Amino acid sequence: MLTLKRLKELKEEGLQSLWPSQIKFVVGLASCGLAAGAGEVVRVFNAEDNQHVKTGQTGCLGLCYQEPLVEMRLPNGLRLFYGEVNPEHAKRILEEVKNGEIPKEGLLFWDARDKTQPLPFKIRGIPHISQHPFYRKQKRLVLENCGFIDPLNIKEYIATGGYFALVKALEKAPEEIIEEVKRAGLRGRGGAGFPTGRKWEACRKAPGSKKYVICNGDEGDPGAYMDRSIMEGNPHAVIEGMIIGAYAVGANEGYIYVRAEYPLAVKHLRLAIRQAEELGLLGENILGSGFSFQLHVFEGAGAFVCGEETALIASIEGKRGQPRPRPPFPVEKGLFGKPTVINNVETWANIPHIIRNGADWFRAIGTSRSPGTKIFSLTGKVRNTGLVEVPIGTTLRELIFEIGGGPPEGKRFKAVQIGGPSGGCLPEERLDLPIDYESLTEAGAMMGSGGMVVVDEETCMVELARFFLEFTQAESCGQCPPCRLGTKRMLEILTEITEGRGRPGDLELLEELAQGVRDASLCGLGRTAPNPVLTALRYFRTEYEAHLAGKCPAKVCRNLLVYTIDETICVGCGLCVRACPQGAIVGEKGKPHRILVERCIRCGACVNVCVKGALKKN
Amino acid sequence: MKAMEQRQGAVSPSALIPLLQEIQARHGYLPEEGLRELAKRLGIPVSRVYGVATFYAQFSLNPRGEHLIRICKGTACHVQGAEAIIDRLKGELGLEHGKPGFDGKVTLEVVRCVGCCSLAPVMMVDGVTYGRLSPQRAVEIVRTLVRNVNSEKAEGA
Repeated sequence: MLTLKRLKELKEEGLQSLWPSQIKFVVGLASCGLAAGAGEVVRVFNAEDNQHVKTGQTGCLGLCYQEPLVEMRLPNGLRLFYGEVNPEHAKRILEEVKNGEIPKEGLLFWDARDKTQPLPFKIRGIPHISQHPFYRKQKRLVLENCGFIDPLNIKEYIATGGYFALVKALEKAPEEIIEEVKRAGLRGRGGAGFPTGRKWEACRKAPGSKKYVICNGDEGDPGAYMDRSIMEGNPHAVIEGMIIGAYAVGANEGYIYVRAEYPLAVKHLRLAIRQAEELGLLGENILGSGFSFQLHVFEGAGAFVCGEETALIASIEGKRGQPRPRPPFPVEKGLFGKPTVINNVETWANIPHIIRNGADWFRAIGTSRSPGTKIFSLTGKVRNTGLVEVPIGTTLRELIFEIGGGPPEGKRFKAVQIGGPSGGCLPEERLDLPIDYESLTEAGAMMGSGGMVVVDEETCMVELARFFLEFTQAESCGQCPPCRLGTKRMLEILTEITEGRGRPGDLELLEELAQGVRDASLCGLGRTAPNPVLTALRYFRTEYEAHLAGKCPAKVCRNLLVYTIDETICVGCGLCVRACPQGAIVGEKGKPHRILVERCIRCGACVNVCVKGALKKN
Repeated sequence: MKAMEQRQGAVSPSALIPLLQEIQARHGYLPEEGLRELAKRLGIPVSRVYGVATFYAQFSLNPRGEHLIRICKGTACHVQGAEAIIDRLKGELGLEHGKPGFDGKVTLEVVRCVGCCSLAPVMMVDGVTYGRLSPQRAVEIVRTLVRNVNSEKAEGA
């Protein structure tokens, strides 16, 4: 059995692994790092002739636009972070280190083990991590150890205080833990924002001896990936949170439901569970408390609707992932008909922090109605894409412009889509909105899982709404008619508008349908599916009207475009003639060309090849 | 059905999805006789097995190429030009969603989101993710894959 003494020894071993007496290179090997080429970089550090340095791996540091990221950790506790490291760059770093130098190329920021430790030498213009524009406004709580510890080494997690919250929790009565979580005011991070403590209490009080806890890792919102990063980069935080939750509600079995598209998260979770079992942190009589808990990983099979809790439960039971009406809620009748607590990945990962530091500490972060932090994945037309964790109540402007750096290439910000296909798009006027559950809902969007896709002037809002409807229509489980038929009709109307076949009255019809789908659908998928359309109609109505009048202001919708050649600029070089797949461009060599409108399929190939800028798209 | 033999004793209907995943991992798709056998072993109607198999996007009832290309069409990838990549792979290499190409060796699938949104547009080739794609680079990656597949074949022969 694992004793507290042994846990403390493991902590020491973990600290030695985190802070070895040699220089250690830590490479970010989460999915995004690997997609940027980190696998080749780590091979350089691992090469035979680099025995004088240690190499390790870690998860996502959030700064995805700088991937592959490499940290050089020095024996004196200094941490130096290098961005966009390719294999050649890695070789140069190693060479300089061999010569006793501190590599400067690609150095982004620094940090130190002892926060009061001053920088032992001067690096001109290199900020401390807390002063870096990307991190200045962030409060990394759930992501604190992502990008620091090796997710495959439980000792490194223990070294950061991991599993000590469990020790503390097991010394308390389950009711005390529930009270602490309630007092902390933690709300579900999956989107709906239901108070976690109240959910736990209801499950604890539900009659029956067999109960379950489930972690919802079916992160289906396209554009959100914080749950993947947590599961890949700090799986033990989720596991520890679940063991504490299971003890609090009286469950002895749990499932982590992970979507099929996240193979690395599945691998890391499975390994983490095995390690926790081997140490006795999972299984029978955990830490001598008499409490036993078994945890399984369940791989989803690809269905967006399974993010809805009753559909997810049906899926674990081996059925089609179709939601059922609530009540009864899962806390009364959940998995296999037993009381079940189901929380999202990020919610579970908050629990160890709350137990370790207390409810008052947690309440000091965020707003009084929504304490704590929220992680957003900032993507799309924004300079600094990545995972951002901020106190709830931070404004959209701070997030998109101060942290994200605004749209690249001097383009103008147009809208931000929050909460994916269930959320809505908000325009520039709404950027000073504090991000919390209520404000976003009031504005027509929703917190959702935290996906935040920024679009600029080159994105057509009608086409974007059509994209989301195409998504929800395809992902509708087909069970209830308002969602099955309503989303299909809405998609048809949107498609006609983007293809230039819109008719007067279409917008009113869309609104009427949207209200019907919203009010009459069975589950969250259908009830929120109209949000992207309704917000786009609310904030970008003129763009819809322009489409009905035959123009796409963003110049995206193909059928509404007209290509022409400016005869005063065209030199008749013939490049466009060769590029045109339709033979729609004619003209004598050396003289201005013209486009035969009836042949043109508006593919844009000519615009891409014209070196003079004579081709115009309107 | 080897997958089930290994699980004897623990074949309750709730194991249906993991079992389908095992069958698909073995064959690359779900063959009809596999579904019938599975239903018999689990003591449930074939219609229920079929219902589950057709509900989830991961399962394929048709044979697929050994090599799987997944093009992400999540929101971030869409905004960053995934459509142009899909068009180009179709136009230049004749690859289309769900239709095996290159002598049935390669299957392309347009998927919802692989969770690498910050590096959009993204595609996965046999589990390896490639980010920050341009249509040109996507075509090159697929060409390399096809070249490797063909040289494997040549070596085998």
